Amino acid sequence: MTARLGWALADGWTITRRALLHWRMQPWPVIFGWFFPVLMLLMFGALLGGAMETPAGESYYELLVPGIFALAMLFGLEATMTAVTTDVAKGVTDRFRSLPMSSAAVVLGRCIADLLDSAVGLLVLSGAGLALGWRWHGSMLEALAAFGLLLLLRFALLWVGIFIGLAVKNAQSIMAVQVLIWPIGFLSSAFVATSTMPDWLGTIAQWNPLSAAATAARSLFGNPDPSAASWIGDHALEAAIIGPLLLTAIFLPLSAATFRRLSN
Amino acid sequence: MTTERVIEAFEVRKNYAGGTEGAGLNGFDLEVSAGTVTGLLGPNGAGKTTAVRILATLLTMDSGEARIAGYDVRRQGAEVRRRIGLVGQSAAVDEILTGKQNLVMFGRLNHLGHAKAVRRADELLERFSLTESAALPASKYSGGMRRRLDLAASLIVAPAVLFVDEPTTGLDPGGRAEVWSAVRELVKGGTTVLLTTQYLDEADQLADRISMLKAGKVVAEGTPDALKAQLGADWLDLVVTEQDDVQHIRQLVDRLADGEVRVDGLRVSIPVKDRTRALVEVATLLQGANIEPEDITLRRPTLDEVFLNLTGSGVPA
Repeated sequence: MTARLGWALADGWTITRRALLHWRMQPWPVIFGWFFPVLMLLMFGALLGGAMETPAGESYYELLVPGIFALAMLFGLEATMTAVTTDVAKGVTDRFRSLPMSSAAVVLGRCIADLLDSAVGLLVLSGAGLALGWRWHGSMLEALAAFGLLLLLRFALLWVGIFIGLAVKNAQSIMAVQVLIWPIGFLSSAFVATSTMPDWLGTIAQWNPLSAAATAARSLFGNPDPSAASWIGDHALEAAIIGPLLLTAIFLPLSAATFRRLSN
Repeated sequence: MTTERVIEAFEVRKNYAGGTEGAGLNGFDLEVSAGTVTGLLGPNGAGKTTAVRILATLLTMDSGEARIAGYDVRRQGAEVRRRIGLVGQSAAVDEILTGKQNLVMFGRLNHLGHAKAVRRADELLERFSLTESAALPASKYSGGMRRRLDLAASLIVAPAVLFVDEPTTGLDPGGRAEVWSAVRELVKGGTTVLLTTQYLDEADQLADRISMLKAGKVVAEGTPDALKAQLGADWLDLVVTEQDDVQHIRQLVDRLADGEVRVDGLRVSIPVKDRTRALVEVATLLQGANIEPEDITLRRPTLDEVFLNLTGSGVPA
């Protein structure tokens, strides 16, 4: 049993190293992935930010940066999905499955690599945010907790990505998901107060796990939050923990089942 | 000479619910002895890939039994995977990584230590003439090179059985020749190979034994020569210069033919039983009719003809 766990970890690390080698061989897609949220930050902050209202007249970046953090976690889904589908389509997944390696390792390696990718992305984005005037006002520990919650969301979305990637099997469907990600991202408190939306939409947006992550991050960073008082808004911290765990509880078994169904 | 059975399959059945994903198996039987190359020959949709995927534990069968080196494919998957190599239809290598990075990675996943994995990668690159392109990303490789890299990757730990699924589909003639010589190289090393192909010449060239698959079932099995002898008469081919002679000959030789006479342009192919007598009689008939043939040959049937006899449908050659 211990030996099996040992091999699973060793194999997982080999798969992680494969992803890191990909970064080295083809750095541009990864770098683009890191800087794309920075572009979003500039677009919304510099172009639209002037028209945005903040609760006490603070810089819009104070509110926007944690929102974009959460959005960047959602965009990470694409990278996961694409990597999984490509491996299935190219037969690499089959090769892994025909090797005497642990099948959990394939997923473990993907997990570590994608979380690393997102962690670097958050670092880049924080740097850009700081340069534009965003600050965190709480303790270092609170800031780390905020980043932890964001990565927890990324972890949950990873399973969504693995599930979709295994289920759709072709690049066209991936495109459809890539387009759908936008409304899902905007239907949240990432950019504006949900109270500015039509009631029913605002309610959906409040319950978007992205909103919980953004609101929880804002409160931990000591940034203003535009959300009007609501039950889910008052429990953002709990929601930012429970939401991703719930997503994981749904999509991890679904992914595992789909992976096994590859042999049907 | 060992007669150990390395692959055994008995009454394997597999039905795809939708029927769109692949061809099913319909009571598939196979026996492969150690150190031989067996060709699994059949047209598209006969179930070749399904058979390989079931034997390689990538797919579960509905019913039946299969063993690799004595290990049950269904219940002892991990043991089976330790003893097989798989070269799939699309070259399953990481296209972003270099040839060497690929081989080192697969070596690590076969649980070789780092130094050993690097050494093995270098050996295999050398053996498959890829040393010069070792540092290039696999996406820059030609089709033949990629297939060779794929072969190398499946040989990292010498497998008891190597499955090679349509290794030359989609390759140009140069690529095919490269892959053929790579497969021959393996066989010299004593690897047992199960090769699927829809190309008759490929099976004829590479395989010691051939199993012909039709609609998920083996319809004939044997050495290429035995198959030809057992399943088709010999053929006497006549090539003439005049179209008129073709019809004339057809009528003349009808009595001699052991089956249906086939005409292809100016070539008349006559199935015959007794080779020498047939040759003499045909020559006499031609002389009597005053027809001067351009060419006259006796030959064994091609696998194409055998296949046509067996399945009633041709195979793209």
